[in-house]
Amino acid sequence: MPDVQPLVRDFVLKLKRRKVEGSHAVARQTAELLRSVVSQHRMGSSANQAAALADAVRAVGEQLIAANPIELAVGNIVRRVLHIIKEEDISATAVGIEGLSVTVDSDDEYDSEHDDRPSLSAAVLAAHARNALRAPSLQTLLEDIPVSPAISRTASSAGDSDGKSKSAGDKSSTRKLKHDVIAAIGDLIDEIDSCYEPISEQAVELIHQNEVILTLGRSRTVKEFLYAAKEKKRSFRVFVAEGAPRYQGHILAKELVEKGVQTTVITDSAVFAMISRVNMVIVGAHAVMANGGVIAPVGMNMVALAAQRHAVPFVVVAGSHKLCPLYPHNPEVSLNELKSPSDLLDFGEFSDCMNFSTQDGSLLLNVVNPTFDYVPPKLVSLFITDTGGHSPSYMYRLIAEYYSADDLVVRRKSTS
Amino acid sequence: MSKKSRSRGAAASGDDHEDLARPPPLQAVLLADSFTLKFRPITLERPKVLLPLVHMPMIEYTLTWLESAGVDEAFVFCCAHSHQVKEYLDKSGWAGKAGAGSMAVTAVESHDAISAGDALRVIYERGGILGDFVLISGDTISNMSLKDALQEHMDRKKKDPLAVMTMILKHSKPSILTHQTRLGNDEIVMAIDPETKELLYYEDRADNSHLYVTIDKDILTNNSTLQLHNDMEDCYIDICSPEVLSLFTDNFDYQHLRRHFVKGLLVDDIMGYKIYTHELRSGYAARIDNFRSYDTVSKDVIQRWTYPMVPDVISNRDCSESRLHRQGIYKASDVTLSHSAQIGANSVVGSATSIGDHCKILNSVIGEDCKIGKNVLINGSYIWDNVIIEDGCKVSNSLVCDGVHLKAGAIVEPGCVLSFNVEVGKNVVVPAHSKVSLLPQPSNEDSDEELEYADTNSGVTESPPFSSMRSNGDQATVPSEEDESETSKIGTCGVVGYIWASGDTGILEDWRQSIAPIPKEKLEELQHAVSEDDGSEDESNNPTLPDKDDFSDIAVEDDDPFSKFEKEVEETFQRALGGGVNRDNLILEINGLRLAYSLQHADCAGAVFYSVMKSALVAAQSTNDTLLKTTAEALGKWKDLLRNYTKTVDEEMEILLKFEEMCQETTKEFSPLFSKILPYLYNEDVVSEDAIMRWAEEKEHADESDKVFVKQSEAFIQWLKEAEEEDDEEEE
Repeated sequence: MPDVQPLVRDFVLKLKRRKVEGSHAVARQTAELLRSVVSQHRMGSSANQAAALADAVRAVGEQLIAANPIELAVGNIVRRVLHIIKEEDISATAVGIEGLSVTVDSDDEYDSEHDDRPSLSAAVLAAHARNALRAPSLQTLLEDIPVSPAISRTASSAGDSDGKSKSAGDKSSTRKLKHDVIAAIGDLIDEIDSCYEPISEQAVELIHQNEVILTLGRSRTVKEFLYAAKEKKRSFRVFVAEGAPRYQGHILAKELVEKGVQTTVITDSAVFAMISRVNMVIVGAHAVMANGGVIAPVGMNMVALAAQRHAVPFVVVAGSHKLCPLYPHNPEVSLNELKSPSDLLDFGEFSDCMNFSTQDGSLLLNVVNPTFDYVPPKLVSLFITDTGGHSPSYMYRLIAEYYSADDLVVRRKSTS
Repeated sequence: MSKKSRSRGAAASGDDHEDLARPPPLQAVLLADSFTLKFRPITLERPKVLLPLVHMPMIEYTLTWLESAGVDEAFVFCCAHSHQVKEYLDKSGWAGKAGAGSMAVTAVESHDAISAGDALRVIYERGGILGDFVLISGDTISNMSLKDALQEHMDRKKKDPLAVMTMILKHSKPSILTHQTRLGNDEIVMAIDPETKELLYYEDRADNSHLYVTIDKDILTNNSTLQLHNDMEDCYIDICSPEVLSLFTDNFDYQHLRRHFVKGLLVDDIMGYKIYTHELRSGYAARIDNFRSYDTVSKDVIQRWTYPMVPDVISNRDCSESRLHRQGIYKASDVTLSHSAQIGANSVVGSATSIGDHCKILNSVIGEDCKIGKNVLINGSYIWDNVIIEDGCKVSNSLVCDGVHLKAGAIVEPGCVLSFNVEVGKNVVVPAHSKVSLLPQPSNEDSDEELEYADTNSGVTESPPFSSMRSNGDQATVPSEEDESETSKIGTCGVVGYIWASGDTGILEDWRQSIAPIPKEKLEELQHAVSEDDGSEDESNNPTLPDKDDFSDIAVEDDDPFSKFEKEVEETFQRALGGGVNRDNLILEINGLRLAYSLQHADCAGAVFYSVMKSALVAAQSTNDTLLKTTAEALGKWKDLLRNYTKTVDEEMEILLKFEEMCQETTKEFSPLFSKILPYLYNEDVVSEDAIMRWAEEKEHADESDKVFVKQSEAFIQWLKEAEEEDDEEEE
């Protein structure tokens, strides 16, 4: 792939130099890059087209993950794309054998709650599979969605290869596979872009009249969530902990006030003092791990502990691109990154202190600025993702539907 | 350039709409040569910008920063070891990389540039600089955002086209005791207009012997407010207008960016160019100028002030992926580390390095593929790649380059620099602050202007006493020979390589700018000095009276008396010109200097004459007529002083010879005027006719080239001869 190589290099450099940060931006750009990787990939004439394509994606993915291991969203998207390739491959081979003719129309109707696009995506597929696995939730029962495990998988297959027969020849089938994968990645990008909508739709169900909400720092998902509640004429108050040392909370407070939300800014250290007046804690996440643990901006653990102490629900809102199939104890997960101490201290002011050292020459003044915190699953009450609310213990099942188990470690196969 | 400024600019000047619509690409000039000798002996073998700073060459930091700061095109000026720099640029993929989003890097090569000024002149001749550019040297580490500074610069330029440069400054408190910043630079005194941020006065090298600064009255009268800073560090990152390049070309004597260019612009009020400053609020910027700043900046990188340019985030080599462990320990994944080895906080260990049992590594950076034996103690040191350290060695606060081999039991004391592939034998102690290299120390450095304070002539007296290379083992390896030459080949005593003598900067500078922390005794000494100064503050309130200590200090540490003396006289004379010292005092002072340097009376005459002429030259414009006039004036004014020294014919001869020498070498401006000034000297009784005749006679036998001036003034000599004959006749 000579044409994508500069693009890949460029993005790797951007990741390395921390020019792109934040799960959403990273996820989106990764997906876009992988889409061009797939579209530039030249389909060989070998028997296993899908494997070759997956290898190409894996090769790029490995570089991207290495470039910034702390942005777990990169790995998530790479795994999602690998999963898409696998699914499309299965569906392509399956289409000739099974002649099930479930119409696309019925499918759309069936899943309109989550996805109202005409073409079927992996997310839809996942939603189907999820519905298949999950016991009917209150939400699905209320909305009267039929649970139909049998047709979900085959339905998508039928939809994808609509009317094309397997006998159309190798050439067209490989082109078809590529085309389908590209389309599916396009859907993934749309899903990332619009992940706030399905989440914020659930806001009215969670935020009630005259409630007090506490949040820490600034998360776009939380912001949209609160906006949505405000738009539905809910009146509530928000406590914003400022989120030292980057003080993103100040920005959130400004944004909320512009929307007419009653906002109170507090210091991070005042969280415990204020928590008794809070009805619910709603925070964003950097990544949600497979065990239901959350990697979130620094200070979150303290908030979670305070919430638990006062039995205040601790709700984490996160788009599906933040769901990471790894466990926090996996060696390839780096939980934290230390940023420049200049967020904390002014270098010039302290420049004379830097000279002080102990007898063995180590500096007396050390400044550490970790970015993230880990909140264990037992402190989290509820996850709100774009597919609804889930309890921490359920996350591993939800995550399993987005990824295939053998992609957990993205590494080029030794044969390639 | 943001949209806002563009639209404003378009509104202001509608005619060049084309230019404003598409701003020229942001360019940078990166000087991959520091034009100093501070990193010798290492820089004999590898250019300074390629020296690794925590596993990554310095230029890599600079280029990475430039790219992330949004620079579109960078010109890398390489001079010394240019092939190595170019090779590196090719290999690392910087050169030849073009396209959207990435920075184009072009190498510019020149071999005869000896200063930053020369480099910029080469860049100017080459062309290619279209608009404003960032001027930076290849040893600058930064992660600051250029956006604000650029914006300020652009806005200012729109209002005032004479604002040609914006200097980036960083707040940094110098130590009270040593008067140097963390980076080992001398403290800088600057006067800045707090409103406009215009730089009004700049003085580096304000060393601690001067407890005062002299500010021109005009600065105080022309500016209602000004702030004096000594707590600013110059980051050596400048945003320049293209005019800067032409200024360098017009003023071909500008060499140093600060000493000549900045001071030149500040003094020159004819052109009225202005320099502004931008104080860096968040972000990091520092230039590695000496070994101390190498140490400090390394520590800052490890402490992550330079984020994202930290070892675990950006590494130039693909293989070495180091991870940050607790307490700031960076360790590559494939390090072989003995269980009993101990790595202290804030250390970096490169890939494929093995560390043996019971080793202790504290605050150090260890490169790749190093082999470290058992019971080794490494403290505060920088060990580069492929170094072999055998059992029981001790290395503290030193710099150990690639391929060095320390045999068992060797001890490297603080402040040492072991250059490439040096070998240290068993149980040898390398004394503190020694510099060892496989290459011999060049005996005579080019004494061009830029390099002269770095190292002119090696002081024999200050070369580390060879006998201090004592052995701590049984095999006493007493050095067999004590060479007359400053450098000695020391295969015999267990070190393969030459121990370099310290330059004329001497021991004084050794502790100031070495990697080792400042010794306790020194600090106490300085503490003492400071408290003493406090007591004697009243004495020094007259700024024009030079300190007596000042001179005695210099007298002691000097090693080439005459040139130093000459400089000193010149300085004294300059002060006298300023109007502070009256003539008698001046004579006294010069006499004092003469005694301090134990020189002849005749030497004084030459030096004083030199100063007088120099002052005339400074005051004059470049045309010959005005020069002649000012020279005449100066001679008229100072003839008494000169006469004081021209008691004998010998001294008068000395003046003539000095004059001739000046015309030939230092101040060529005088050469066409020689024959015109000579009669003047005669008329003012500075030189007698005897002296002139003797001088002419002496020159009869000299080379053709030496006779130029004799011939030039032949008419005058002829006239003198005739006058003499007439006198004789009259007497008869």
